[in-house]
Amino acid sequence: MSWAGKVLRVNLTNGTCKSEPLNMEWAQQYLGQRGLASKYLAEEVDPKVDPLSPANKLIMTTGPLTGTMASTGGRYSVVTKGALTGAIACSNSGGYFGAEMKNAGWDMIIFEGRAPSPVYLYVENDKAEIRSAEGIWGQSVWKSEEMIRHFHQDPQLRIAVIGRAGEEGVKFACVVNDSHRAAGRSGVGTVMGSKNLKAVAVRGTKGVKVKDFKAFMEATNAAKAILASNPVTGQGLPTYGTQVLMNVINETGALPTRNHRDVQFEGASKISGEAMHEKRLTDGKPNLVKNQACFGCTIACGRVSMLDKTHFSVSNRPEYWGASGGLEYENAWALGASTGVSDLEALTFCGFLCNEQGMDPITLGTTIGAAMEMFEQGTITEKETGGIKLTFGNAEALCQVVEMTGKGEGFGREIGLGSKRLCEKYGHPELSMSVKGQEFPAYDSRGIQGMGLTYATSNRGACHLRSYTVSSEVLGVPVKTDPHVTEGKAELVKAFQDATAAVDSSGLCVFTTFAWGLQDFASMLDAACEGGWTMERLAEVGERIWNLERKFNNAAGFTAADDTLPKRLLTEAAKTGPAKGLVNKLGEMLPEYYKIRGWTPDGMPTNETLARLGL
Amino acid sequence: MKIRVKLFAMLSSYLPDGAQGNEVDYEVDDGATPGAVIDRLHMPRASCHLVLINGFYTQPSQLDSTPLHEGDALAIWPPIAGG
Repeated sequence: MSWAGKVLRVNLTNGTCKSEPLNMEWAQQYLGQRGLASKYLAEEVDPKVDPLSPANKLIMTTGPLTGTMASTGGRYSVVTKGALTGAIACSNSGGYFGAEMKNAGWDMIIFEGRAPSPVYLYVENDKAEIRSAEGIWGQSVWKSEEMIRHFHQDPQLRIAVIGRAGEEGVKFACVVNDSHRAAGRSGVGTVMGSKNLKAVAVRGTKGVKVKDFKAFMEATNAAKAILASNPVTGQGLPTYGTQVLMNVINETGALPTRNHRDVQFEGASKISGEAMHEKRLTDGKPNLVKNQACFGCTIACGRVSMLDKTHFSVSNRPEYWGASGGLEYENAWALGASTGVSDLEALTFCGFLCNEQGMDPITLGTTIGAAMEMFEQGTITEKETGGIKLTFGNAEALCQVVEMTGKGEGFGREIGLGSKRLCEKYGHPELSMSVKGQEFPAYDSRGIQGMGLTYATSNRGACHLRSYTVSSEVLGVPVKTDPHVTEGKAELVKAFQDATAAVDSSGLCVFTTFAWGLQDFASMLDAACEGGWTMERLAEVGERIWNLERKFNNAAGFTAADDTLPKRLLTEAAKTGPAKGLVNKLGEMLPEYYKIRGWTPDGMPTNETLARLGL
Repeated sequence: MKIRVKLFAMLSSYLPDGAQGNEVDYEVDDGATPGAVIDRLHMPRASCHLVLINGFYTQPSQLDSTPLHEGDALAIWPPIAGG
């Protein structure tokens, strides 16, 4: 139990919805969510397939603890071959949609083919129907949610939907659920759009059964007590959200600024979590309204913000005056430091636009940063931008370009390519701050060496959520390591990668790991699910998932040559701060990493490793 | 001598008068240590998890033995994390 035991298979080409049993043998090997859906994808999709072709599949997937009483049990993931990268993609989201889907009795929904015209899927417990999206296609995330709820006369519907960006083929479109939570990275929304699938609307009232209810309640209560008493999950994250990081990462000289030309941003304090609490001079109100929790979460790190009505971005646009999803660290950084913009209200507005039209703000902001660098060097001119002066620090230009990208208009269509394709198009591939086609998040690997290895080896392209060594290297959680040395980082990265893969497959949020160890996950999983779940077993499942993803990518054509970083990070030293004079020393870490992974010197899992993991 | 003290997140409330944002210029004795500054500002030691001098981490065991210098930036956070 805890798995619902059912997969909903939706063939969009034929217009059919079929129920089939979940492969429980695979569930024992891959747990759920990220791992289990990746197994289904690897078994059913040719790794060489064009991500936007009907032959690609898109899987919405929950974990065994999704929809249960476990804290943060609202997670679901979207797994597919990514439109941005061509690598295996798994984007994870919170909110309420995942729990609703699980409570409707489905572990997983597999979308195949392509609908002949735009549709959405309506699920009410066991009932699943493909409906026409006529009139909804072309609308934003927010408007689509409103229209679908109104049509079904059900305000409690939970909806995952793409915005205009996903329809227009923006390569980094998200799937947004509950208005402002998103399966954000790698272009999973782009794949959804290519299938003519606008939305999935779910109502679920069946509940989730666990193996041993008493033991499960004891385990979840104990785990919740740990979260409450931990200063990070009990105090720091609820009060300041992830945005508490802006000042510390800047102080340590690892805040990528102006397309990674610099590692410290002079405007960091103005766009930080602390700044969101300060009263504005204009209206006397702070940017931050309150924090917000996803389903079942006892941390509540989410931000809800309201814009200054007199700000240039919204002064005559009352539709943006209400409370909405506020800035997290990643979008504040990508839209801010990466573009040199320190206008908190402008960034908040751009964050709203990302939610409204379904765009990954990390790739969006860094792509605009790359475009700004090319504009300042004269490669891109006002002729291309349509008269927009796309210089670093120009908040008005940023707002204009973000809005145009979301709607697929003008120069926004160029930004919608992502930085790799954009920089290649304009003859400067070296200016794309990406790995495997996906842009870096908010940590400069010259100042945090382990993150260089994390980015280079991440199976979905540059990503901090595959191995968050920042936690140890900068924040001292659980133990402090030196961010400027490479020794020991290969082991650290592997341990983080494997553990995170297991957590991402459980149905719970990775932020709990600031307080919980794998043993806490094992206690809850073992009470809820058959299989004798232990900490050791979870680590093995994580390693199996990592190698499965790697195998998929190798078959898709990725090689060790793709396990690298842009030249800028390997050859241009940090100019200021504690990391001044440092580049990322990837070459000192990568061979050791391959070795401890049980891979060949050219990055291929050996037969022994594959056999050991049952691959 | 004068140093720059920066207190963030829940430690902001310990900032002395005259602070702008999260920072303030602060007069301390020559050779003062981070531990001495923490005590003078009445901050609980357990809350001072991440102590950086000019961006470099200071081990808890060295808070009372590392001398500060004129113009140093002393930045302190409670236990924090994010993503």
